[in-house]
Amino acid sequence: MTDTAERALGQATPLVSSPRARRRSELTRRDVVVSTVLTGAATLPTIALAFLAYEMLRSAWPAIVFNGTSFFTTKTFTLGNLYATSVETHHGYQAAAGAHYGVLPFVFGTVVSSFIALVVAVPVSVAGALLLADKVPARLQGTLGIFLEVLAGIPSVVFGLWGVYTFGPLLSRTVFKWMAALHIPWLSGPTGAGQGLLTSSLVLAVMIVPIIASTSRELFRSVPVLSKEGAVAMGMTPYEAVRVVTIPFVRTGIIAASILGLGRALGETIAVLIISGNALNLYPHSIFDPFSTMAASIAAILDGALTDSTHMAVHALGEVGLLLLVITLIANLGGRWLTRRFSTTGLPVGRGV
Amino acid sequence: MSRRRLTDLTFWVVCALAFVFIAAPSVSILASVIHQAVPSLGWSLFSQRTNANGIENAILGTLVLLVGVLVVAGTIGVAAGIYLAEFATGRSERLLRFFSDVLSGMPSIVVGYVGYVTFVVAFHWGFSLLAGVIALTILVLPYVVKTTEVAFRQVPTTIREAAAGLGIERSSTVLRILMPPAAPGVLSGLIVALAISTGELAPLLFTAGFTDQNPSLAPLHRQVPYLTNVTFTDLSLPGARAHATAAAAAAVSLVIVVLLITAGRALSRRSRRMTQGMML
Repeated sequence: MTDTAERALGQATPLVSSPRARRRSELTRRDVVVSTVLTGAATLPTIALAFLAYEMLRSAWPAIVFNGTSFFTTKTFTLGNLYATSVETHHGYQAAAGAHYGVLPFVFGTVVSSFIALVVAVPVSVAGALLLADKVPARLQGTLGIFLEVLAGIPSVVFGLWGVYTFGPLLSRTVFKWMAALHIPWLSGPTGAGQGLLTSSLVLAVMIVPIIASTSRELFRSVPVLSKEGAVAMGMTPYEAVRVVTIPFVRTGIIAASILGLGRALGETIAVLIISGNALNLYPHSIFDPFSTMAASIAAILDGALTDSTHMAVHALGEVGLLLLVITLIANLGGRWLTRRFSTTGLPVGRGV
Repeated sequence: MSRRRLTDLTFWVVCALAFVFIAAPSVSILASVIHQAVPSLGWSLFSQRTNANGIENAILGTLVLLVGVLVVAGTIGVAAGIYLAEFATGRSERLLRFFSDVLSGMPSIVVGYVGYVTFVVAFHWGFSLLAGVIALTILVLPYVVKTTEVAFRQVPTTIREAAAGLGIERSSTVLRILMPPAAPGVLSGLIVALAISTGELAPLLFTAGFTDQNPSLAPLHRQVPYLTNVTFTDLSLPGARAHATAAAAAAVSLVIVVLLITAGRALSRRSRRMTQGMML
């Protein structure tokens, strides 16, 4: 309605020019109060994020200056002699005598374990979800879906308990033995009690399966039935229909779900801390060896770091946390970029059926 | 059988195998925890504190933490979700949602670390209930915001238009007319947030602390015992007794989680039925 028309109708509403002001004028005073309170609440997640990032940077700063580039290029992480009377000084900051903070093995552990977890979890989750959505009768879908929900709700410390006492020993007695018998470099060696890189990665895989599988299941359900029926009507087998119709339709969503799972694997702390064997200052000689990740090492070392009177140990763990934060953020943003890049609109008509 | 039929069959057998790989761990985990917990099951488990092989204080502490999360994360998260679904417009909305998404990817140990260096040390709160509740809140807040927003968006637009047509003010429309159909969805989101909080340890380890005493309701300077910490600590202690207590604490936290998830499922089914009934 134009301003002239409004005037002609003799409406009581005040004449306003911008759409924003017009929307404001439709709100009563109570509306304004309510929406202001809600706006306050809605900014809190953003404020919390800024608070975390700022405090992380502030806490890590002394370590960033103290360590320089050696943080990223060396493999020894030691708090030094916390009881010594002398201190070490670098670039104006003090640390306990003999302290050295190198993060490389932790980065290696985080990246490799999350990568293995993702490689195992994505195909299993997608295939399992496809079965659940396409082949299982509707009556059973809810019941079988309970497995996913239970898995999603299990506390990570319980995964740790299970990994150490049940899953790890089982793997070590069976699968690891067979793998080791093949004598492939890095994939063979003493398997021990089953605490180490591969067990941790597999437990991480189990932990991220529910994230990827439940999202995939929803995606598979959202595929238009008519297109699937059309494919079958043209004489395709169900598998061919999945390949040609379903997969292209859900690809973007599955990438997004996998990145979500990757984020969880990168940041997982307690389960890995319990199962990893917690090796410091060295790279695993084989895939069965103990290792550690950035998140697990923070939880493992922070207790001891609190006794460092120079406080540099706590700052150094802050730097580890900051790096973990950056890596997780990059993974998330990369995932967003991938989803946008591969997003397909609707059905891939005429794609070489 | 033709080669195409054979490929088809193989494919679905592989899918079924994949599903077995998903289902087997959840069964194995439940069985293994219950099996390990059996030696310590008994009335004394619930009537004794952690200094006498019981977990009474840890159960109470977990419940206190959950109430705290429900109040703090519930209030803020639901309000924020309503704002994003009903009031926000344009760029500010996109930015707020983006940052909330980024926050949801935050590693939990980072939240725990920041909680330690700020609340516990810099603010002189010590290991305390408030520090623990805020750490958990930061972790589950994005989840509550998202589920609330989705619950409100599921209510058909026609209802908002009808309300506007009757001249009802926006705030009343949201709180009195849209709230009832959205409530089951909002509640199921809150319940899942509580389930997540029950299972967390990393953000609490350096914020809530631990004590053999029963939890007090004082927000500051008093450490809070909770179940996941018992599992974690007793796991590394020598002796079958401690080991069984660790498993019992794990079993109890699992029971709480499963109860919460079941309640959440029932509610979300109800919410779907409610909003679908409104669609004409």
